[in-house]
Amino acid sequence: MDRLGVTLGLGAGALVVAGLWMGLVQAPPDAVQGEVQRIMYLHVPSILTAYLAFTVVLVCSIGYLVRGTRGWDRLAHASAEVGVVFTAITLFTGAIWGKPTWGVWWTWDARLTGTAVLFLVYLGYLMLRSVVEDQDRAGRYAAVVGILGFFDMIFTHMAVEWFRTLHQSSSLQRGTIDTALKLPLYVNLLAFVVLYAYFLARRLRLAALDEAVEARDLGE
Amino acid sequence: MVQSGTSVVGVTVRGLGKAFRGTWALRGVDLDLAPGETLVLFGPNGSGKTTLLKILATLVRPTRGSGVVSGADLVRARDQIRHRVEILSHGSALYEELSPRENLSFAAAIRGDRPAEGAVAAALERVGLGEVADERVRTLSSGMKRRITLARLLLRRVDLWLLDEPYTNLDREATKVLEAALQEHQERGGMAVIATHNFLDGFKLATRLAILARGRLILDEPRGTMTLPAFQELYALRTEGGGR
Amino acid sequence: MNFLALAAEILRKDLRIEARSREGVNTLLFFSALLVFLFRFALGPTEAQVRQGAPGLLWFAFILTGLWGMARAFQIERENDCLEALRLVPGDLGGLYLGKVVGGCCMMVATELAIVVMFGLFFHLDLWPAGVRLVPVLILGTVGFVAIGTLFAAITAHLKAREVLLPLLLLPLVIPVLLPASRLTELALAGESLGAEPHWLRLLLVFDLVFLVLGYLTFPFVMED
Repeated sequence: MDRLGVTLGLGAGALVVAGLWMGLVQAPPDAVQGEVQRIMYLHVPSILTAYLAFTVVLVCSIGYLVRGTRGWDRLAHASAEVGVVFTAITLFTGAIWGKPTWGVWWTWDARLTGTAVLFLVYLGYLMLRSVVEDQDRAGRYAAVVGILGFFDMIFTHMAVEWFRTLHQSSSLQRGTIDTALKLPLYVNLLAFVVLYAYFLARRLRLAALDEAVEARDLGE
Repeated sequence: MVQSGTSVVGVTVRGLGKAFRGTWALRGVDLDLAPGETLVLFGPNGSGKTTLLKILATLVRPTRGSGVVSGADLVRARDQIRHRVEILSHGSALYEELSPRENLSFAAAIRGDRPAEGAVAAALERVGLGEVADERVRTLSSGMKRRITLARLLLRRVDLWLLDEPYTNLDREATKVLEAALQEHQERGGMAVIATHNFLDGFKLATRLAILARGRLILDEPRGTMTLPAFQELYALRTEGGGR
Repeated sequence: MNFLALAAEILRKDLRIEARSREGVNTLLFFSALLVFLFRFALGPTEAQVRQGAPGLLWFAFILTGLWGMARAFQIERENDCLEALRLVPGDLGGLYLGKVVGGCCMMVATELAIVVMFGLFFHLDLWPAGVRLVPVLILGTVGFVAIGTLFAAITAHLKAREVLLPLLLLPLVIPVLLPASRLTELALAGESLGAEPHWLRLLLVFDLVFLVLGYLTFPFVMED
């Protein structure tokens, strides 16, 4: 295992443990929702990290189209994969949060719907990649989807938000979240970001190895 | 090989390679073509002839290597090359609902060419399609469709012709038109690379002979005093196991 | 060759082919009539249900026929390898994109109008109050759909899985078109002014502009190699 991977892994591990302890044990329960609100410590960092991941996909997609070097494409692909995983976690934790809070596993609430669409868009991104045989082409096509998908998400969120909303409006934005809860939230957010970086590093390493094997098969 | 300052400066290719998912379609191809030369490329199916033509036409980007066509770089100056090269592919690139005349006009229009008054009609006449110039391509035979693509070739003045199996679906008369046109093209200093299985006709046209097998150029020399039977024997020898 | 001239050539060629083709508009109209029938049977005997769901149903029908139309734009070029010749056009391929987008919009809007008329006819919708207001909604919504659809049709044209991939990729991305468009259609059909909910109009307009530009910029990369 390479040095970077190990460092990130240990860092992520430590932060996740700290964050989980702070969020699930140390922080006080919410005045209104009680214990179940603790899932916010997973749910919110998860989606924010997913946004980070997809922003990286956007930047790398543009980079790949403009520059054409494989590194950009590999990073875009890896980031998209991790982003999709975090989006799935968001949806999953959202459902777990939703059931006791609203009584149902799923509602067509703006935020949740938007996240579901996000999941579909980047799932499509990954599917497209897997279907196109030529690596260069796959990267280019995916880059186009990565770019369009990003801007589309902005519009989708706006549109769906105006359509209907049930979600509590962003707790961080409103600033009404209690300081006692803010710290664990930030710690967990940091934990997720480092976790993202760790997964990214591992995935990149795997992709590089894959390409090396293919190059060797080719008889470079 | 590359003489700058003249309008037709030849084709130079060094170490050209193209890989598709796991296999090399072309490997280490070196080629030189001077104005007036016609290179006829023989090789078994799958040997990479079409790939080579497509790279020279700038349809496909090479994985390795470099090349210059008429003074323009194969990778960096593709647009310039496109003005100087015409490819006759397997696919006819014809719209079935349009007439031969409309197809030719469209092909010229999207290149930004304005063919001279009557040039389209003349080209169609020359290939024997004058009477059906305004019929829908869908109603024509495959031989006639092939002739339309020949007429399209004749419409342009370019430095390099890339012909991929030009004899397919071409009857004797149309073949004669092709050969006459090629001769004029050669006399103007034009170059041609022709990929074919047709030993009889292809051999006749060549000023250079080449054999491509499994992506590698295993022969490339002037025709000189080579006879057809001798060449066929050489081909069989060099490509044994590669099939035809 | 400048991109507007290329777009014009492509558009002219496509419209000409469309006019002579036995498929195309005829099939689309037939298909839309079928859809109308299906809606009727699927939604039960009460017309009120259909009338209430009309805006959504209309856009559902538009999208369904649109998917087919989008795929067709590049299937025409696949026959006989015409796309190869197009890729050899020197200069800006954005003109090809623009030509296909305009052509696609023309086809779709024509079909949409026909569908609306059929809807009105069979479900006794009063179309007069909707009248002129509906047309801008149709156009704005269609442009957004076609801007992305043309791009994705080009991407999926050569893939074996194109029939499932095109809708898979396109549909999630056109949600910001579907929502405003169906809401505005609702307003139009009710005889209200579109200005009653200007934020939807603005969203559609900006969406269309952004994605036309993005499509134009990324299309040449799709056409490479």
